[in-house]
Amino acid sequence: MPDNDNKVTRRQFLNYTLMGVGGFMAAGMLTPMIRAAIDPVLKVKEDSGFIPVGDIKDLTNEPKRFDFKVTVQDAWHKSEETNTAWIYKDNDKIIAHSPQCKHLGCVVNWAGDPNKPNQYFCPCHNGYYEKDGTNVPNTPPIAPLDRFEVDVKDGTIYLGKIIPVA
Amino acid sequence: MLKKLYDWIDERLEVTPMWRDIADHEVPEHVNPAHHFSAFVYCFGGLTFFIILIQFLSGMFLTLYYVPDIENAWKSVYYLQNEVAFGKIVRAMHHWGASLALVMMFLHMLRVYFQGAYKKPRELNWIIGVLLFIIMLAFGFTGYLLPWDMKAVMATKVGLQIAEQSPLIGGVLKTLLSGDPTIIGALTLTRFFAIHVFFLPAALIGLLVLHFYMIRKQGISGPL
Ligand code: FES
Repeated sequence: MPDNDNKVTRRQFLNYTLMGVGGFMAAGMLTPMIRAAIDPVLKVKEDSGFIPVGDIKDLTNEPKRFDFKVTVQDAWHKSEETNTAWIYKDNDKIIAHSPQCKHLGCVVNWAGDPNKPNQYFCPCHNGYYEKDGTNVPNTPPIAPLDRFEVDVKDGTIYLGKIIPVA
Repeated sequence: MLKKLYDWIDERLEVTPMWRDIADHEVPEHVNPAHHFSAFVYCFGGLTFFIILIQFLSGMFLTLYYVPDIENAWKSVYYLQNEVAFGKIVRAMHHWGASLALVMMFLHMLRVYFQGAYKKPRELNWIIGVLLFIIMLAFGFTGYLLPWDMKAVMATKVGLQIAEQSPLIGGVLKTLLSGDPTIIGALTLTRFFAIHVFFLPAALIGLLVLHFYMIRKQGISGPL
């Protein structure tokens, strides 16, 4: 070892040791706290599964409003909330739209504007969507309406989670 | 890189003399465990402070999940304990740290007492120390209620009845603490929470500043 300039002095050695031990202790203290604090970001939320919303016999090829109850587990608080879907039959496919406007999240209505009986209308900033959910160009919404996962069993329509249309 | 940043700030604000003044001072031989191992008794004050820091930190993080409400307090603690990753550990730190802080503070007080370090000119600092002792006990008393389980409520009931025994002002004192002459409930919990989380920490910080300022001013008491 070449002399002096490469040697660790006693002061440096103590400095490193103290900083190392101190850093280790600080990390031991802070890790659990930070992990607990960022838990909401890392938590995997289990979805509530499929919920029955109505009878398949009621469907036409005109979107119809279905209200249904979902249980929401909000940390230690459990509640029932009413959700809405606009459902119609497209040949033998069933399409269920979420009424959340893709502009800023207001609630859209089928034929909400009497002058446009074949479109979804969002009253907040005059947004329009076609029947298949596509946003009408030059109105505020920037994406088509989200769709629910749909399942049919014994003539009952079940809705799953909401999936954005790519 | 860091050094450069430090120098840049130092050049403008002259922070070096400030932290030198706070941190850079000699440890007298009789206080240094490297010279006399028995000098470890001088650590207890510092350890108390260190644990108080942990209590501040872990307490701050606990309030991310806690609600001081009789309907939800227990549920929120249960959620923190069972659903939040590491929530158990953060609460355990606060729980055990609370007891440990009192133990360390008590050992610190014993040292000062048996060495006679409270004598002139340090009487004022002893008085501040006694006030700190009372504040720490108040922390323990108010914090104990917050999980709102049976043990907490029963213990608080007893504590409030002790307060009620004080001469003349007993009844008023109890109502003042519990927020209601007969019920230990919603108002008791919010009061204890506010005291635990805002009033006591403010008092603690103020008194600690005085405590430390006096040590720096008067120095550590001499060897026996
Ligand atoms: S929120 Fe629907 S158009 Fe703006």
